[in-house]
Amino acid sequence: MDYFLTEEQQMIVDIARQITDEKIIPQRAELDEKEEFATEILNDIAQADLFGLYIPEEYGGFGGNCFEVVLALEQFGRGCVAIATSFAASALGAYPILLSGNEEMKQKYMPDVASGAKRAAFALTEANAGSDASGIQTTAVLDGDEWVLNGTKQWITNAGEAQIYSVVAITDKNKGARGASMFVVEDTDPGFSCGPKEKKMGIRASATCELIFKDCRIPKDRLIGRQGMGFITVMKTLDLSRPGIAILGVGLGQAALDEAVTYAKQRVQFGKPIISFQAIQHMLADMAIGVEASRALVYAAAKHIAAHPKDMSKASSMCKVFATDMAMKVTTDAVQVLGGYGYMREYPVEKMMRDAKILQIYEGTNQIQRNVVGQELNKEYTK
Amino acid sequence: MNIIVCIKQVPDAKDVRLDPKTNTLAREGVQSIMNPFDRHAVEEAVRLKEQHSGTVTVISMGPPQAEAVLRDAVACGADEAVLVSDRAFAGADTWATTYTLGKAIEKIGQYDLILCGKQAIDGDTAQVGPGLAKRLNIPYVSYVRKITGSDNNILSLHRLMDDGYDEVEMPLPGLITVVKEINEPRVPSLKGKMKAKSLNIRNMTAEDIGADPDSIGLPGSTTQVVKVFAPEFRGERAMLEGTVDEQVEQLVNKLEPYL
Repeated sequence: MDYFLTEEQQMIVDIARQITDEKIIPQRAELDEKEEFATEILNDIAQADLFGLYIPEEYGGFGGNCFEVVLALEQFGRGCVAIATSFAASALGAYPILLSGNEEMKQKYMPDVASGAKRAAFALTEANAGSDASGIQTTAVLDGDEWVLNGTKQWITNAGEAQIYSVVAITDKNKGARGASMFVVEDTDPGFSCGPKEKKMGIRASATCELIFKDCRIPKDRLIGRQGMGFITVMKTLDLSRPGIAILGVGLGQAALDEAVTYAKQRVQFGKPIISFQAIQHMLADMAIGVEASRALVYAAAKHIAAHPKDMSKASSMCKVFATDMAMKVTTDAVQVLGGYGYMREYPVEKMMRDAKILQIYEGTNQIQRNVVGQELNKEYTK
Repeated sequence: MNIIVCIKQVPDAKDVRLDPKTNTLAREGVQSIMNPFDRHAVEEAVRLKEQHSGTVTVISMGPPQAEAVLRDAVACGADEAVLVSDRAFAGADTWATTYTLGKAIEKIGQYDLILCGKQAIDGDTAQVGPGLAKRLNIPYVSYVRKITGSDNNILSLHRLMDDGYDEVEMPLPGLITVVKEINEPRVPSLKGKMKAKSLNIRNMTAEDIGADPDSIGLPGSTTQVVKVFAPEFRGERAMLEGTVDEQVEQLVNKLEPYL
């Protein structure tokens, strides 16, 4: 369907598509098999100026918004969710600085993120704090002109591959949610280290590790925004970034659909291509309907979020749930259409099915997203 | 270092079909792309510019729609673009083409290096690069797979051969044609695409370059395409299997009746 993109938006799609077709797709199976971080491909993306899509021009970016990022991520997601995740996680790590950081901090960090010279990461999750962010145990204590961080973050995307980390830590235990603050930690800071790489079911070419803070001392001015504002920044960051995860579902769903239709036209059983059987046709039709409906919702949500920064949550959560649940179903059905071949690693759909699962889990599980939508409905109807 | 890159718009090889009735290329619905070897030439020029500063000018002889590949080259880092386009150029073979490109390049003026792809995937002659060097009376090295250095106006090169490579030095100004092994072309950048969109492409006609009307287009061509056809497969094939000795024995048996 035609979504009437502007000329500039179409350029972004064309560049991202070319990177996906020429660089990502030929290498994705090997990177997945070897669990290897796609440094070269991310450098290609940097050279194409796509790391700065959402960053204002005064910091060296393109000056777009959430929608431009979504357009690029749709293509990358069609190629490989692991590589797309590495790209998206840099934005996730940069958003807190853009949303709540002061001018000096933006000047210091954003140009390098925009050019792709440095990658960012976002560190919220801990062993006892996932969906319930109030369980955070990492602490930050002011000691003279320095903050001292202690604790361990878990399952941090881009860990070890990023140079700039936006980290949530408790600065006042007695204030609950208002006792959390966000800090910028650089990879070279003393007392900071990364744990071993986690072994994952899918998105295996992305880096996921622990972050360990052991009397990690950082300058006082690395506090993002004001003390106690951490959770507000976290919530806004995730509201802004979730359409990016949703669109990975769309890109991935499209890729699975493409594989399934192509196969169904070639595969002959009972003397006919299997696409001529209604059982297969209906599956493919439902897959196509799911992908297109998700694309329309995510595009609309991303545009809404860009235009209404104070009313992001519901649109953001709705599109994340819808598009990622779709991706899980569509990739599972693609494996079914390809049958035994689909289950083999020789074909790309089994990787797509493994990659789809994380989309329902990270950046807020789909159960938590439904909570958000439900709570927003409750609020709206009380007015 | 001021570099000129010659590029050509060609039909996408994935789509090439012959109309079985007329035996001409079916152009309808066939996408046009930059000749793949020329993409490597543009990339190498942009890399040289990034190392040594200077400018990269891309030049193409072709119909007005060849502007598209010039803009693609600018999106990938070229600075200036020249389209050599005139109805009088139509039907040019490589002889007339090198004359025309040579005239246009003389008009552009000062350059240190000219880069070409080793050949175009439509004509496949590999003659335009060397021919152009001859027209301009400059040295050339073809099938370059690596530039290893450039000191005191001498370019050190690896020329790809069937059984390895030659190490060659060439004084500048000169011309090289490149093979795909020389680099991995970049994807266009967003800033490059925006620049390419608004860039004014310099147009040169036969008159602009001061071309002799008898040396360009069909009149200036020493060869003509008389007929194009899709060859029919006539021979019979047989695959011999087994060990080498067994295969040799089978082959000898097959050949014996004809001795």
